[in-house]
Amino acid sequence: MTDTTTTYNPTPQPEGVPLVELRDIRVSFGGVHAVDGVTIDLFPGEVVALVGGNGAGKSTLIHTLAGAHPADDGQIFINGKPVTIKNSRDARALGVEAIYQKLALADNLDAAGNVFLGRELRSRFGSLDDSAMLSATQKLMARLNPRFKNLRTAVSSLSGGQRQSVAIARAVHFNAKILIMDEPTAALGPAETAEVRDLVMQLKSEGIGIFLISHDIHDVFDLADRISVMLQGKLVGTVNKADVTKEEVLAMIIMGKHPGEVTTDDVQALR
Amino acid sequence: MTDVQPDVPDSPAPAPAPAAKPSWRASLAEVDTRLFGMITALVVIWIAFNVLSGGDFLTSRNLWNLSVQSTSIAIMATGMVLIIVSRNIDLSVGSLLGFLGYSMALVQTDGVIAFFNVKIDLGSIGDSSWIWVIALLVGISLGALVGLVQGFIIAYGGVPAFIVTLGGFLVWRGMIFRTGDKQGQTLAPLNKTFRLFGGGPDGSLGEWKSWLFGAIGCVLIVIALWLARRRRQRYDLRVRPLWMDIAFGVVGCAVVLVGVGLVANRYISPITGDPTGIAYPVMILIIATLVMNYLARQRRFGRYVYAYGGNPEAAELGGINTRRTVMLTFVLMGVLVGISAAIQTARLNAAVTNLGVQNELDVIAAAVIGGTSFAGGVGTIAGAVLGAVIMQSLRSGMVLLNIDSPSQDIVVGVVLVTAVSIDSTLRLGRKRVALAALVTGLIIAAFVIQTGRA
Repeated sequence: MTDTTTTYNPTPQPEGVPLVELRDIRVSFGGVHAVDGVTIDLFPGEVVALVGGNGAGKSTLIHTLAGAHPADDGQIFINGKPVTIKNSRDARALGVEAIYQKLALADNLDAAGNVFLGRELRSRFGSLDDSAMLSATQKLMARLNPRFKNLRTAVSSLSGGQRQSVAIARAVHFNAKILIMDEPTAALGPAETAEVRDLVMQLKSEGIGIFLISHDIHDVFDLADRISVMLQGKLVGTVNKADVTKEEVLAMIIMGKHPGEVTTDDVQALR
Repeated sequence: MTDVQPDVPDSPAPAPAPAAKPSWRASLAEVDTRLFGMITALVVIWIAFNVLSGGDFLTSRNLWNLSVQSTSIAIMATGMVLIIVSRNIDLSVGSLLGFLGYSMALVQTDGVIAFFNVKIDLGSIGDSSWIWVIALLVGISLGALVGLVQGFIIAYGGVPAFIVTLGGFLVWRGMIFRTGDKQGQTLAPLNKTFRLFGGGPDGSLGEWKSWLFGAIGCVLIVIALWLARRRRQRYDLRVRPLWMDIAFGVVGCAVVLVGVGLVANRYISPITGDPTGIAYPVMILIIATLVMNYLARQRRFGRYVYAYGGNPEAAELGGINTRRTVMLTFVLMGVLVGISAAIQTARLNAAVTNLGVQNELDVIAAAVIGGTSFAGGVGTIAGAVLGAVIMQSLRSGMVLLNIDSPSQDIVVGVVLVTAVSIDSTLRLGRKRVALAALVTGLIIAAFVIQTGRA
């Protein structure tokens, strides 16, 4: 494996100030460098996919932004300003919402109950204002997923795509500017994956920046604008989706090689 | 905003905007079918016992007694629901009830508040006729304190509720013998006013106050329905058809007024010769049920209890203080045990060491028959109260049929298992298995009842 991670940087940057920049982030567990000096960024209305094999450090990296685990070193900038994120409450206050692989939904509550969980609307006397929450959820769903109507049933009886809609509605309602989606289509059927894809496109069109963590190279090519590849805690590189083929990205994930260096033999080996 | 159309060929087109027209089918689907099933079961049980006993069951006297006998367990069951919903259990309630009852009695008989041999002498207050207020406050606050300690160990210490409350089960029963220096002697008699909590001819509202209570209940039902309707209209949500809301109001009021007119006020006190009216413990149960239902469904606390029961991780990620929530369920339980302890000691007009023995099992059974699931997240306050009434109906019906106490236990046990089997198989959509469970349970219960008749 060649050590060219620092020399090769053809990434075409979008213009302007990035919505988020994670600069030179380092996280280590014991002596292991889970994330070793990685820099990535995200612009409004953009989807950046974060890919890599198991243990590449992509989840650990993104946890520093979501507030699930603080970085040992490095800086986080939001709209160009340096910020400190110690926990998920800090992240939320900065407009960062995360949707985890295991959806954090209370299965026995309905959609509105989940969207507002922990941030319930209340009436004058401190009682829950279920009508207001239901009404707000209806409006959100009309925007996010117009086909989703059964808002009053427990989410356990909903389809995977609908559940994903609830999780996203939860993030969007509280004015998320930056959305982290960890394996959003894992364990979803084709129709449901399409539903989630529509959701991502909808959010993109509203100017929300999305970090997408995925194992699925097809998902990544469907949804992402740029692709950041990690290997063994280091950033291999960030490429424009339009400029690369799936084989080239796979070569980055597995071999740590950049598109320019991949030989026909390598491509053959990958197949 | 809906211009982002899916380009998946198979996906159906978005449905048109929801029609604002009320649909009775959709509204009916929102009615709690499980609760409806339990009410049906209760009615069937009542009619069956009435037939078997030759018309002795559905008399105002029997139903009035049934209502009073159900209260203690029913009140505690409303608290147990929230504990089981949040994936815990409380095995200490029976022992705690005995301990709290004993402490309350000691205030009245000796004028002391005691814990081990530490005694606070109330002096001249001890002779006051208002001592019952102090006794009640001592019982309820001691219950809340015990709940706080047990809940703290469970929520913040991470010790399983089963273990902590099993410890409590032993500790509080033993504490009865170490409270004051009475060594478990029976404490009697109790304060005259305090005894009203137990019901009985004096401990009832009497005729006109019962009618007033019923009338207030009716008005509250109508107001609640009207407010709910107006609120939904304000947010442009689908409302039930008007006739359906009117029907709910009429049925609700009818139940209240029939209860007052044909049960409470029809039962003529054998001592005074006047209509007894609604017993105080029943009134307390009704108020406790309404308050607990409000806490469970209309407050954030209740929402968090259910969210935690449904998915503890999600509740945590949602920013909920889950530990505090769990601890509070035990504090509430302690308060309710205090209230039930007052009712039971007042009814006996004495505190005895075996007060509340096995009550924890009856309370858990009532909650479970009432549809509470041990998997967490599922259960209603109204269901638990109904569960307690169903259990007491079985016992009281079997007493009328002269069935011995061991056989009664067998029947209640069979009904418990049958009810939960039906519930869990129906949830999986296996209707035939549920039917088989029902038939099997009925056959066994009928056999035990038939062969157990003395």
